[in-house]
Amino acid sequence: MTLSLDNLNSMQIDVLKEIGNIGAGNAATALSKMIAKRIDMDVPKVNILEFKDVAELVGGPETAVVGIYFKVTGDISGSIMFLLDKKSAKLLTSLLMSIDEDAELLNEMEVSALQEVGNILAGSYLSSLSSLTGLKLIVSIPSLASDMAGAILSVPVILFGQVGDKVMLIETDFIEGSQHVKGNFFLVPDEDSFEILLKSLGVV
Amino acid sequence: MAELIKVGMADLNCTKSPGVLTTLGLGSCVGVCLYDTSTKISGMVHIMLPSSLQIKNNSNVAKFADTGIVKLIEDMQKLGASKYRLVSKIAGGAQMFNFNDSSDIMRIGSRNVTATKEVLQSLNIPIIAEDTGGSYGRTIELYSETGILLIKTIGFGTKQI
Repeated sequence: MTLSLDNLNSMQIDVLKEIGNIGAGNAATALSKMIAKRIDMDVPKVNILEFKDVAELVGGPETAVVGIYFKVTGDISGSIMFLLDKKSAKLLTSLLMSIDEDAELLNEMEVSALQEVGNILAGSYLSSLSSLTGLKLIVSIPSLASDMAGAILSVPVILFGQVGDKVMLIETDFIEGSQHVKGNFFLVPDEDSFEILLKSLGVV
Repeated sequence: MAELIKVGMADLNCTKSPGVLTTLGLGSCVGVCLYDTSTKISGMVHIMLPSSLQIKNNSNVAKFADTGIVKLIEDMQKLGASKYRLVSKIAGGAQMFNFNDSSDIMRIGSRNVTATKEVLQSLNIPIIAEDTGGSYGRTIELYSETGILLIKTIGFGTKQI
């Protein structure tokens, strides 16, 4: 039987949660270095959810969100998506540069800045995954989309959908001063990569 | 105000007039709308993947273009629709993220649209309108009273087909 989120045992889920925690922690450190400010972080929540419940987590399928998407190649293949609600995306951008708070859509500089943040977050996340597993992982350049949550989420959900009916996401909450940036990481290994990943962590 | 019936991801539903079927935030998925012009029975399925034959775990029929459309027709027939009077409108199948080396999986939107069209054609159901492709999400509402499909977007306007 092919391993998927639908048929993991509790130890395998715990291991996946733990690498989620470590990855998000490293991402917060990297973000803190980038903006030269202290970034606190709440303990990340790792959720395994049914498709239909995913969009509710960010306020429903029609909520405006920003997704930054990366392909992963190397010893395993798959993808990573970092999802931010619109408010958090603006906030994160404003930590890096002065922005137009009222604008409906992101301008080119803001898109570029967010892609760079996404790059650093995904890169540090993956490098911690790589050192934990000993797997060689290469991350692609980022692609950013700003649209309805349902539409953006359809991408990881379809990828997960090829192997099961659930998705795994890691809810993170970065705190700078009194401001909270809420983001979600989706880690989507391709069908056969799931087993390689769990094997490398010694739980298959 | 007519009843608004939500169709989730990998989900389907049908209704009699004046019910309104809606699916929120379609991305690379395709919303397939079927309409019996005589009885005004309408149906909607939100498919995620082209074919149930390529996937091992295919228990949810509404997830796939091939099985989802067939199941929707069966459900509509139970409400009194005739397969021979059905027409269709389709929306969605966007490519949300752009990469230069468009691998198969990144073109899933257009593959979903192609598969949907093939299934409808094999069932002899004419496609009378479509709003597919692009790089943006869509919320769709199908009005049973008129058969009109309303499409809403963020930043790309609203239209009726």
